[in-house]
Amino acid sequence: MSPATASDPASESAPARLETEGRPADGRQRVALLGMPNTGKSTFFTRLTGAHAQIGNWPGLTVDLMQAQLELGGQPALVVDLPGLYDLRGYSEDELLVRGFLESTRLDLVLVILNASQIDRQLQLVLQARSLGLPVLVLLNMADEARRFGLTIDHGALSRELGLPVLPISAKYGTGCAEARAAIEARLSCDTPPGRCLDPARFLLDDLALDAALAPLLAAAVRLPERLKDRTTRRLDAVLLQPLLGLPLFFLAMFLMFQGIYALGVPLQLGLAHGLERVGTELIRPLLAGLPPFLGGFLMDGLYQGIGTVAAFLPVIFLFFLAMGLVEDSGYLSRAAFLMDGLMERLGLDGRSFVLSLMGFGCNVPALLGTRVMRSSGLRLLSMLVIPFSLCSARLNVFLFMSAALFAPRQGATVIFSLYLLSFVAMIVTAALFKGSFSSDEPLVLELPPYRFPTFRQMLNRAWCEVRHFWFWSRRFIILGVVAIWLMNNLPMGVAPASAGTLSGMLGQALQPLLAPIGINPKLTVALLFGFIAKEIVLGGLAVIYTQADPLRLGQALAQDLDWAQAYSFMIFTLLYTPCLSTVAVMRSESKNGRFTAFAVLWSLLLAWVSSFVFYQAVLWFRG
Amino acid sequence: MGLPPLGPVPTLAELAVGRPGTILSVAAAAGLTQRLSALGLSPGRNVQVLRRAWWSGPLHVRVGMTELMLRRSDAARIAIEPCESGV
Ligand SMILES: Nc1nc2c(ncn2[C@@H]2O[C@H](COP(=O)(O)OP(=O)(O)O)[C@@H](O)[C@H]2O)c(=O)[nH]1
Ligand SMILES: [Mg+2]
Repeated sequence: MSPATASDPASESAPARLETEGRPADGRQRVALLGMPNTGKSTFFTRLTGAHAQIGNWPGLTVDLMQAQLELGGQPALVVDLPGLYDLRGYSEDELLVRGFLESTRLDLVLVILNASQIDRQLQLVLQARSLGLPVLVLLNMADEARRFGLTIDHGALSRELGLPVLPISAKYGTGCAEARAAIEARLSCDTPPGRCLDPARFLLDDLALDAALAPLLAAAVRLPERLKDRTTRRLDAVLLQPLLGLPLFFLAMFLMFQGIYALGVPLQLGLAHGLERVGTELIRPLLAGLPPFLGGFLMDGLYQGIGTVAAFLPVIFLFFLAMGLVEDSGYLSRAAFLMDGLMERLGLDGRSFVLSLMGFGCNVPALLGTRVMRSSGLRLLSMLVIPFSLCSARLNVFLFMSAALFAPRQGATVIFSLYLLSFVAMIVTAALFKGSFSSDEPLVLELPPYRFPTFRQMLNRAWCEVRHFWFWSRRFIILGVVAIWLMNNLPMGVAPASAGTLSGMLGQALQPLLAPIGINPKLTVALLFGFIAKEIVLGGLAVIYTQADPLRLGQALAQDLDWAQAYSFMIFTLLYTPCLSTVAVMRSESKNGRFTAFAVLWSLLLAWVSSFVFYQAVLWFRG
Repeated sequence: MGLPPLGPVPTLAELAVGRPGTILSVAAAAGLTQRLSALGLSPGRNVQVLRRAWWSGPLHVRVGMTELMLRRSDAARIAIEPCESGV
């Protein structure tokens, strides 16, 4: 039982004691956004703060929070976007985190953001925040949806009954946001001292008291429709969640999405790469002409080529996140969890594991972090074991390139799709093999929000942020990796670059007994070794190893050196072995279990080798 | 989680698709009870099962203005009084 339910009922009349100290030394006012998951906190945060958000580190909290500095009413203020939570009394990781934050931080204003169309249950959170004595301003978001679904809310009456300011907004479309900002500034300018809440658990209302307080509020200010007037969602669900059609439709949608990205992205990527190559040969190479050949070669053939090859993929990544953002924002992902949970349950996972794996198609790292929503450690570990098999955008780069180089254009898309399928198969096999060792009986209760179509601006914004993130995140790996590969290819000095006498040649030769049976030659071996650091390095590395920066010519060089079976075997191995050092690090820090992490790495290497071996030897056998 | 499933009382897991019912009680561990209640599944509320997923997957239910999914095993912890007249 939570201690909160035992709290004394008198707490409603006597709000919690707030510790009020002076302003923090920097004189900034502090504003926090509080609300249930999916109520539009982040959307409003972006509206309020513009694009100035950064990840902030708060003392005593292990998780980073999104925060932004801005001027509110002429004074500097710091706005923090808290993770969504259902109940201030709860004990999930996010709920503990938010409570810890409220206890440790003096706040000038708490913006409680509700989804107005679910006001019938979300008002609970306002009552809880009020009982803590926090300085609260209530924002009823999604006013557009509430109206469309047939709710009527009397904001004046609600505000009077609550004793708190209440404003309707629509964060997505901007309606009411200017008024909300004005109200926030007005509240901040009246000089109430900031408060922080000591020992919140003591002052929270129990269920009975909450229900008792909720009923008159709803009666006074809210008229709910007889039944939800969301015909679009009902009709779409009737098709998309149909027992027989639902899953095939889902996979068809995914297939079309990846086909679309491929059809648009590859020409863009080739064009950009070609442009970068022209800039290199016509502008940069003449500039470097005066340098000693070793240094010039290092800068041009090592650094510029490596980075350029990766930079050329930014458009594909942009398209990928554009599409992924659409799927995620639309509400289709939670439907995917619904459709897949039956299968996932039998694999010892749940619908959320499936959704996280889908997010892993962007990048495995946030997907691994997302397992925090799971409480059972068995479920978490098993999810962490399967997520790294998700074909992330860094691996997609390699595959797009190799399939364009070694397969006819019509086959290329099929090759990519087969790798996506293999990625699922690897997850299913892994989960089925190991579910016995990671058992869980965690319940699964998820909201299915109405279908929404993100605005164009939201989609662009999101994709742009992801691309920027990808670039900042991977840049240092790429630079380090490419530099190291170039050095290994050109040292010791005096031997022909990339020949058997160089460091990389020797290393590649040394590993041949292990990798020759799967069709991996010494050059590919070096690329794979560095791919362990990050898959972003693989292509840049290949460009350096084959000393070809122009993607067309690198493709030709690969096609001369490899046959399609070797290339596909290389892709299988690249797909299945450890995605990058970052995932290993995240896995280690999230599981707090070194043995598990080592096991996950070894298992992926073993699975990669066995799969490539089976494939390559089968092809050799068929060829006779 | 810990508690045995409810006995012969009708539960949300067995409620016919489309037929409304009233929640009588929730017999789950404290954490789950709290989460269910935050999502609207608490005694006295009206619920309706919209559909069941294939392969004995989860239920799609509506309670108040909220739609959610939950597993059959968890739904079996929620005792229901089915309403007499279907809608
Ligand atoms: N219709 C509508 N949708 C909104 C509004 N505000 C946010 N959303 C959508 O609600 C979803 C959740 O928003 P988000 O900001 O991520 O919620 P958070 O989890 O509270 O941070 C997104 O799909 C938004 O596009 C709004 O005012 N109206
Ligand atoms: Mg958010």
